[in-house]
Amino acid sequence: MGVHLQVNGVVHDLDVEPDAPLLWVLRDELNLTGTKFGCGIAACGACTVHVNGKAVRSCTVPVGSVAGAEITTIEGLGAGGLNPVQQAWIDHQVPQCGYCQPGMIMAVSAFLAVNPAPTDAELAAAITNICRCGTLPRIRAAVRTLAASKGRGTP
Amino acid sequence: MMTRRKFLIGGATTAGALIVGYGLWPSRRLARADRLAAKSGERFVANWIKIANDDTITVVVPHCDMGTGIFTSLSQMAADELDADWAKVRAETAPSDPLFANGPMAEGFGLEEAKLSDHSIPGFLRGMAGNSFRVIAEYMDLQTTGGSAAVRMTGVYGMRIAGASAREMLVKAAAARLNAPVEAFRTEMSRVNHLPSGKSFGYGELAAEAARYSPSSHPKLKARSAYQLVGRPVPRFDIPAKVRGATLYGIDTQLPNLCYGAIRISPVFGGKLVSVSEAAVAENRGVKKVVKLDNAVVVVADRFWRAHKAVDTLEPVFDHGGNADVSSKTIRDRHLAALNQAKLKQELSTGSGAEALKGGTLVERIYNVPYLAHAPMEPVNATALYKNDGTLEVWAGTQDGLGSRVFCAKAAGIDLGKVTFHLAPSGGAFGRRLPDQWNFLTYAVRTAMAVPEVPVKLIFTREQDMQHDFYRPNITSRFRAALTNDGLPLAWVNDYTTDDDPNTEAHIFYAVPNQAYRAAKVTTHVPTGPWRSVEASWHGFFVESFLDELAHEAKRDPLEYRRALLADKPRHLATLNLAADKAGWGTPLPPAGGRGIAMVECFGTIVADVAEVEITDDDTVRVLRFTRAADCGRAVNPDGFRAQMESGIIFGLSAALYGEITLDRGAVVEQNFPDYEVVRLAQCPEIEVHIHESDAPLGGAGEPGVPPVAPALTNAIFAAAGVRIRELPVMNHALRKAARSG
Repeated sequence: MGVHLQVNGVVHDLDVEPDAPLLWVLRDELNLTGTKFGCGIAACGACTVHVNGKAVRSCTVPVGSVAGAEITTIEGLGAGGLNPVQQAWIDHQVPQCGYCQPGMIMAVSAFLAVNPAPTDAELAAAITNICRCGTLPRIRAAVRTLAASKGRGTP
Repeated sequence: MMTRRKFLIGGATTAGALIVGYGLWPSRRLARADRLAAKSGERFVANWIKIANDDTITVVVPHCDMGTGIFTSLSQMAADELDADWAKVRAETAPSDPLFANGPMAEGFGLEEAKLSDHSIPGFLRGMAGNSFRVIAEYMDLQTTGGSAAVRMTGVYGMRIAGASAREMLVKAAAARLNAPVEAFRTEMSRVNHLPSGKSFGYGELAAEAARYSPSSHPKLKARSAYQLVGRPVPRFDIPAKVRGATLYGIDTQLPNLCYGAIRISPVFGGKLVSVSEAAVAENRGVKKVVKLDNAVVVVADRFWRAHKAVDTLEPVFDHGGNADVSSKTIRDRHLAALNQAKLKQELSTGSGAEALKGGTLVERIYNVPYLAHAPMEPVNATALYKNDGTLEVWAGTQDGLGSRVFCAKAAGIDLGKVTFHLAPSGGAFGRRLPDQWNFLTYAVRTAMAVPEVPVKLIFTREQDMQHDFYRPNITSRFRAALTNDGLPLAWVNDYTTDDDPNTEAHIFYAVPNQAYRAAKVTTHVPTGPWRSVEASWHGFFVESFLDELAHEAKRDPLEYRRALLADKPRHLATLNLAADKAGWGTPLPPAGGRGIAMVECFGTIVADVAEVEITDDDTVRVLRFTRAADCGRAVNPDGFRAQMESGIIFGLSAALYGEITLDRGAVVEQNFPDYEVVRLAQCPEIEVHIHESDAPLGGAGEPGVPPVAPALTNAIFAAAGVRIRELPVMNHALRKAARSG
């Protein structure tokens, strides 16, 4: 038994049960604690990572199901310098407690890769992550800035 | 008698604007502080302020970071008085040690409670008063973060004094070097400059000499017009690490050989563990131990998912502690019955009190708010290591590091000196991590003691977090008013239930000549505790809803009605008018739209909201816009203050629209976010925040943004749909479109 996991460009050979949730393997086996536990049932998005570029809520993903896939966590997203979403988050002073923000940033960055200049409605339909501090207005403002830099207004 | 809770989080009155002066540390205490919290090349020059050889200034904050930006704003206050170079200013968390107890907070709340300002304390006693508050803070193990107190207490009574005093000491050190009078020096950008000679010294090179002088508890403070950093929207210190996922919260604690605990607590509050069979998990991979506690069972395993899976397999039997028949309905019935009992405790009466109800047209209404969970994004957790030598080490995010350390020592039954507590940033708190709500510390300590030498990270799942919170209480409030011929209230009589002492937050600032307030204490088996904005969270809804109803009874515009009752409250009136003007109060709305207005003052800050809503085709409400005006005197960090105001709107909206914890057969029904819904981007309105500056004392930011949200929303729903919501949350009500839309 064992799982080959590729995280942030590094391949790990892990002695874990294939049904272990990806979230806890990242956190407790690989010490990648930027990915957060919020609900355990894919309802809040705090655990969002990229699997082959797509945003996935890792708390309900059995690690065995993503063996061989390319997984990126918040630690990997900004590894080569801040991602534009991270920079926009600083420019707009988005985070408060900050706990949901790695998941939020992973969700938004995957979404913008597909739709670089979304409308507010498209953003709201795609990003359903929870932030209890209420940073939502600033998240929207930060994404508007990113969208505007791609040449599209935000009606 | 002031309760500890009142002392820590209560109080709606504003503190005196002026400074008593904080008892600053003598040099032997500075030396102790150096040993506890100074790294190589650093030294304490005054309470809370370290200066390093390379001129780096570190502000040591006796609070936790739970997201409100206070590490930055408190540093601004200290650094401004210190004339520091902001580029070289940092902040860090104070050790959980009595030396770093928060005297300024004790002083602020002490003055507030006694309704004192420094004018009432003779000059020769002021230094002593400051020292007394330091002693009180140590006595109370006070390092609490709550009560929107950081800026208005720690900042006003602590950081400014410490910064100014340190500056004076640095000047003295420079003066001694040149044997010149202190008047010949100016400070700027972390340097002391001697004007006649042009000689200049960096703070770093003077720090050691400066620390030898006795600090003044009454240093000369800057006039407001001289502030350079206070009032500037500087970027927060903590944000870069947070966007990189590099901030280590309590839940991120990593230790060698770390194990994990997953807990199942008696579903019914007060229930006890009767039995549990360990056989089902004995063979599970990684399971170390099943720990049986009084009212819970914990599985300790080498990984959290293994502990979690195992605890889900167990079938523990709990009793109900005699509370099996309690439900939301029985609790609400008890609250109603409490208001109808013959003798209610008279809390306050002005004018002729309730007698004046005979003098006009009677209006009577009853309101209710439900239990609410805090639901911070980081579920509560703590890591504990108990060693065979009798020492205990604990890591957690709480709203009081020193208080937590003392609490853990008591939970373990060992001396404080054997306990180390590491305070981590909190992934949200909102009151959940305040003293008296530390069940997660208790469970972590007891579990650790059952597996000595093994560090255990005990994490509540979201379900356990939601079902074992200390909830914002269910509260019922009844109003009676008598209206005169012009529709204004002659009498205002408010009977309300409370889970604690009577609440001054019930008292209105509107000019009603005869007022009476009566309180009925109702306790149940459901644990309750402070929830962001505490008593103001319910009285704000009650008062501003009833006032709106009176305006409609009087057939007067709700804004104009409030203005008529605020003639002698210029600050309130200006804030209200600013919100109304910016919202375009009175301008046309779409047929299914409505605006509502509400204003609440708490924690020293006045906040007025105009909500704009529309009723959608499926008879639900869509919140389009919140226009907010707020007066906190002056915002230390205007961008940070705005962020807290935005935050309060979203937090308040989540509660008003969806928030409800219900009880069935003695236990909480809701388990996770789908059952306890919150506002997400799709429900997030447009928000505008306008700051109204005044010369009032600095007010709070974290809490005052919550209370006006619910009544502004429900008043807007009434305007749009003709439906008056007297019981939250909104989602429980059918919203029929108003006749005017058809």
